[in-house]
Amino acid sequence: MEFETVIGLEVHLQLNTQTKIFCGCRNAFGNEPNTNVCPVCLGLPGSLPVLNRQVLLNGIKAGLALNCEINTFVKFDRKNYYYPDLPKGYQISQYDFPIAKKGFLTVVSDGKEKRIGITRAHLEEDAGKLIHDDSLNASLVDYNRTGTPLIEIVSEPDMRSAQDAYDYLTALKLTLQYLDVSDCDMEKGSLRCDANVSIRPKGETKLGTKTELKNLNSFKAVKSAIEYEVERQQRIVLSGGKIVQETLLWDENKGVTITMRSKEEAHDYRYFPEPDLVPFTLTPAEIDAVRQELPELPYVKQKRLQAEYGLNEYDSFVLINDRAMADFFEACTKLYPEFKKICNWITGPVMKETNERKMALAELHLSPEKMVALIRSVEDGTISNLVGKDVLTAVIDTGKDVASVIREKGLAQISDDSALEKIIEEVLKENPQVIDQIKAGKGSATGFLVGQAMKKMQGKANPKKLNDLIQRRLQNA
Amino acid sequence: MNFFDQTAHELLALLKEGKTTSEAIASSFMTRAKVVNAKTNAFIRLPEAAPDSCGVIPLPIGIKDNICIKNALTTCGSRILVGFRPPYDAGVVEKVKDSGGIVLGGLNMDEFAFGSSTETSAYGPVRNPWDQAHVPGGSSGGSAASVAAGQVVWALGSDTGGSVRQPASFCGVVGLKPTYGRVSRYGLVAFGSSLDQIGPLTKDVTDCAMLLNIIAGFDRRDSTSVDRPVPDYTKALVRDVKSLRIGVPREYFIEGIQPAVLKAVRDAIDVLKNAGAVVKEISLPHTQYAVAVYYIVATAEASSNLARFDGVQYGLRVLPDKARKTALVDMYETTRQKGFGDEAKRRIMLGTYVLSSGYYDAYYLRAQKVRTLIKQDFEKAFAQCDAIVCPTSPTTAFRIGEKIADPLAMYLSDIFTIPANLAGIPAVSLPCGFDAQKLPIGLQIMTKAFDEETLLRVAFSYEQATPWHLERAKL
Repeated sequence: MEFETVIGLEVHLQLNTQTKIFCGCRNAFGNEPNTNVCPVCLGLPGSLPVLNRQVLLNGIKAGLALNCEINTFVKFDRKNYYYPDLPKGYQISQYDFPIAKKGFLTVVSDGKEKRIGITRAHLEEDAGKLIHDDSLNASLVDYNRTGTPLIEIVSEPDMRSAQDAYDYLTALKLTLQYLDVSDCDMEKGSLRCDANVSIRPKGETKLGTKTELKNLNSFKAVKSAIEYEVERQQRIVLSGGKIVQETLLWDENKGVTITMRSKEEAHDYRYFPEPDLVPFTLTPAEIDAVRQELPELPYVKQKRLQAEYGLNEYDSFVLINDRAMADFFEACTKLYPEFKKICNWITGPVMKETNERKMALAELHLSPEKMVALIRSVEDGTISNLVGKDVLTAVIDTGKDVASVIREKGLAQISDDSALEKIIEEVLKENPQVIDQIKAGKGSATGFLVGQAMKKMQGKANPKKLNDLIQRRLQNA
Repeated sequence: MNFFDQTAHELLALLKEGKTTSEAIASSFMTRAKVVNAKTNAFIRLPEAAPDSCGVIPLPIGIKDNICIKNALTTCGSRILVGFRPPYDAGVVEKVKDSGGIVLGGLNMDEFAFGSSTETSAYGPVRNPWDQAHVPGGSSGGSAASVAAGQVVWALGSDTGGSVRQPASFCGVVGLKPTYGRVSRYGLVAFGSSLDQIGPLTKDVTDCAMLLNIIAGFDRRDSTSVDRPVPDYTKALVRDVKSLRIGVPREYFIEGIQPAVLKAVRDAIDVLKNAGAVVKEISLPHTQYAVAVYYIVATAEASSNLARFDGVQYGLRVLPDKARKTALVDMYETTRQKGFGDEAKRRIMLGTYVLSSGYYDAYYLRAQKVRTLIKQDFEKAFAQCDAIVCPTSPTTAFRIGEKIADPLAMYLSDIFTIPANLAGIPAVSLPCGFDAQKLPIGLQIMTKAFDEETLLRVAFSYEQATPWHLERAKL
């Protein structure tokens, strides 16, 4: 029997606002436990929530970028359950009026466009963090994360493979990074993902019984867990069994999913309208104002880079994957209209620098002016391509401009004929057998002589000039 | 005359004339509070020393034990909050402190304000200063009794379904529930968040207006508080009800009302009529559903509001008496089992039930719809009249123990006060006589939202025409 896999994803993203969703505490990661807290986010008796307006605006922004309808009626609800990291015994969330609904995200996978439906996106507060300390035989609670603004984005069951899910997550992450509403860093927990997975016989339109996968700590884990789960479900069905609706935990080390709770154990969250926050209505003007602030989204940018600069699919994809790189590319093209050359420098040596240094482009302090000066120096033969990469490293290290680095390090190519001829004579003297080979018709051996000469000149010779001079010298010999 | 028999405005006059000092007043009240607390039990904890004051109104004020005072114990009349000291002042406490008030916390109350008799307090029942065998009403029984007994000059209570007005009625003092949103709820330990308001309990209407001046106003920390100017409420203290239209709702004059209460309220209406008010009968047709709606909405909100008392962060934590390793759920269960009293458990269960999947539409959602109808009843009524007058409670103070085993009978004690909370409108109770046993009777006045001025004007006009507010309980 052939099966079709059906996947829907629920993604939680922490919004990167200055302060928390319902109080003035700093919204930050990695501080001393229980330092970014106040009576409100600690849920102390008598404290009350006040909505952070920026959270709402970020939610609208995300909704618009995901092609959603925005609910103009802004309302919050209480989701009631007990856990030590939830100090009020309920989470303030949105139940029947999510900030955004009915949208889609365009995902490109294997060069093919696919629309993944967005069911809804709603705003809510994050819980704290439990730290289990065996030495104390106790669990500790860090409330710093409590009240961090979250947006939960629920997709339609539109994905058909683990790769689809991976591509969707990649596109979603990139889109939200472009909006600058979330860091989308799974390692820091600012992006978390649960997957709903089911299978059905190919051709069947009804959905099969789904399981929910939790504890997916990386995009790779999402992919592996779905692949494992699909196989598990197929094994069950093929052996005549039935899939049980349940929540499963992914065990990264063992590479298996294990039961967390069954459908019967599912919570009754007793949602009801949050009486401490008065519902209100957004005006179309308020929503339009957010729409005006939307940046060009990654997929649109990629298409434009291809059309405007003649970049290919791959190069444009590499550039838009980091908004800063794409912006840097365009800034450079304004100064020097050699699009492909600029693209090669950025997707090659520049990205190598950011990767090796584990730094963002901005942290390199590399201006478009410096970048273009460097490319020009290579193009006009002042330095070789190889030396150009060293100059880039030095420019980043020292912050100096390109010309000073070349001058101070004496990296300019030597094009002076007499200096080069002297070296060529030396090389020819040392390699009489090579000259014989060339005379015997092996023209490619010339390259060896050029290399030897370049070595003697510590790479500073102008390779074209060197080549010409050797050719001429050999002809005259 | 003793200080403890005097109103705030009388004491301020003495201060102004230089006849006494705020220290003398404070120390006199501290002594009085100690001496009579054995009889009233109005204070859960007696204040140790009065803090100094240099403000404009340097008078001792009692605070119900569900309003947070920085670093002071706050129990809500419950065992579950044992040892809890909030690290912040409630919005109203800040305002009181700013005015120079000498804040005395720890006034007894029904556990988490669940009750109409102050018998559900974990710290023993409060006794009515007029007759110690009787309840002071509730849930702000400590606040009402402390004012009536002269243990404080005036006090703050909280009113979710009548918890300021009904005890004011039972103890012969003035109690006002402001419009929902007029006074900040920040720092009031929540019971029914969409119903709760903090209100003053005072010896007369003038004091009531003065204390409302202090506590009213927008607080950006409370999203439900309303940002609109606060008038000087003492300016509304005008003895003039000429051609003011007074509505008398026929649904509030039902069978089962104690005859003495009925007579006192009828007499009060005549007083207003004789002063020139136009009295007309009106109808609030959905009144009969108010108690049912209230016990769904208030308990639903309460069940969620009280979820935070789980033994994790503060207050009581009880681990089960078992040798084996304790599961998290065992800590929750044992803590809440030992920490909450019967009435709190009853309301948490009720509220949890009405919000449960499958029951939500039939109970909570329907109750919200009826709540809207009740609100509309008042809107229609206030198109025809400026104020509504009725009894505060169907009876005078009942005996301690009389209704504690019969929750439904107890709930009906708030039948006339609940609608104002559901509609969010202001209402005041003030003394309008005594029954044969010399127990006070309360007159309730209601006006439209944010019209506390008319409310106080009618109350003041009635009060000035009658002697009831001059009577003091003998202790």
